[in-house]
Amino acid sequence: MTSIAATSAPARRRKLVGAGRRQWVGLLYVAPAVALVVVFFIIPLCMTAWMSLHNWPLMGAHSFIGLDNYWAILRDTRFWNALRFTGYYTVVVTIAIFAVAFPLALFIERPRQMTGFYRTSFFMPAVIGFASASLLWSWLLNVDSGLFSPAAFELGLTEKKVNLLATFQPAFWSIIAMVVWKVAGFTMIILMTGLQSIPPDLQEAAMIDGAGPLARFRAITLPLMRRTLALALILSVAGSVLAFDQFYIILRGGPRNQTLTAVYWIFNQSFVSFKLGYGAALSMILLVILVALSLIQLRLLRQPEGVD
Amino acid sequence: MAQARSRKRRIGMQIAEHSTGIIASVLFLAPIVWTVLSAFKPAQESRQPPLPPWPTTGFSVENYATLNTFGDGLWLPAQNSIYVSVMTVVLSVIVSVLAGYGFSRFRFPLKNLLFVLILSTIMIPFQSILTPIFLVLTKIGLHNTLTGLVCVYVTLQLPFSIFMMRNAFDAVPREIEEAARMDGANNVTMLLRVMLPLVWPGIVTIALFAFLGAWNEFLAALVLMTDQAKFTLPIMMTALQSGRFGAIDWGAVQAGVTVMMVPCLVLFLLLQRFYIRGLMAGAVK
Repeated sequence: MTSIAATSAPARRRKLVGAGRRQWVGLLYVAPAVALVVVFFIIPLCMTAWMSLHNWPLMGAHSFIGLDNYWAILRDTRFWNALRFTGYYTVVVTIAIFAVAFPLALFIERPRQMTGFYRTSFFMPAVIGFASASLLWSWLLNVDSGLFSPAAFELGLTEKKVNLLATFQPAFWSIIAMVVWKVAGFTMIILMTGLQSIPPDLQEAAMIDGAGPLARFRAITLPLMRRTLALALILSVAGSVLAFDQFYIILRGGPRNQTLTAVYWIFNQSFVSFKLGYGAALSMILLVILVALSLIQLRLLRQPEGVD
Repeated sequence: MAQARSRKRRIGMQIAEHSTGIIASVLFLAPIVWTVLSAFKPAQESRQPPLPPWPTTGFSVENYATLNTFGDGLWLPAQNSIYVSVMTVVLSVIVSVLAGYGFSRFRFPLKNLLFVLILSTIMIPFQSILTPIFLVLTKIGLHNTLTGLVCVYVTLQLPFSIFMMRNAFDAVPREIEEAARMDGANNVTMLLRVMLPLVWPGIVTIALFAFLGAWNEFLAALVLMTDQAKFTLPIMMTALQSGRFGAIDWGAVQAGVTVMMVPCLVLFLLLQRFYIRGLMAGAVK
């Protein structure tokens, strides 16, 4: 404290006292939020790690078994199958979502009559829940009372009503169609924000230079919305890695357990077989995968937007 | 001549664009419309494939009546869903407004650490910590209660809604606050009388996201609510659709899906700009 403090000592002191009291008040304001996060997130998170080192049945005592659960995971071919299926699903559904959402974003980004109507219609399925959407499509996909196979039969496309959910390929692609229908509008809005952040004069300048639409898309649009693309990509990947509702509701993991996802397998181990410790160890694997994805996301997003 | 041709071409382009737009819109809206219409068929007709989607043998609410006969009926799970969603909205708004104000306007020890702690929970999938959440709820006597479910949902909303509210408070000019302080407003009146009217768009946004999140959530409700009387709509409807209450009645499923979808669609249509705002805020950050 030197001359500067001395010049306006009384005023400054009043301010400091006020600031000192306000400091602790601030802590009071955030306390409820912090309490909730600690009780319902941080503590469960630590418990997951702790439980994963135990044999932990629903009833009865749990016992410490070190890394045995993790060794068991290494030999758990069904978990690795589930993880492989989840990876396959993630790749396919993400490509499918982008293949639909990108053209839609380009379509609604240009101002024209009825853009608002189009945007709202494309987005509507995104606000209903995955459970509602899955229930809805489980009806549409039903072989007797549904829409698709009876309609195909009536139109003469198939000789008899085909049960779309009985074999892997049609069942899998039905789920892809349902998820694209439900999610494309959401991805479209994210991509649209990226498109709108591109200065229009850049496009115009390129047009004057004689660049065609495809060249402009590759040289200007894509590089300038790299960050938005990364965000949309990560949201889609993270959402798909955690997929559960649609496979549980529409397929129950079938046909022949071929569509069990990672979360589904953890759910089965924890809440059907009640192997809580083993489920926790599986959860740790999933958690590491998701955190790794988030860190990649942070890296991608930190790169400044722009041509370089 | 050339002008007329180019005009003709432009009209052609417009027709092509709008047909594309309308076809795509129909594809996206069809499943929703199909379900809402089919739900009004008489039970007999509901067993047939929905061709055409609208009722052909008379308009009926039979499917809703049937839905009401399964398990605990329609009203109990609907009530549960409404309670959980409304409580999630109220609590997450209160908690995030307080926290957003605290993080925006005060300096206190550990402030940045706590903020990062809350935001970073978004990186951890809650699916991986459901078992311990179940045990924690048991420990504090909230297991199998709707209140327990509300606590979980509010916690899941916090990273997004606190981030939104802090930004909303940050955008309020300090001068307004200083003027009010001169007039003798204390912290609480400041927040309620001066700040709230200025940040209400942010509040509507986080309330909307909290409602949709709680109304639509499936896995946590499936795991944590083991008592049939505590089922929310998605859990009750899935039990019905899995044949838990006997033969699957697809008419009742359509009616149930309609009940689950309509509140989301209505809220979205009314508050669309707040929803898009929230998405943009998330995307731009």
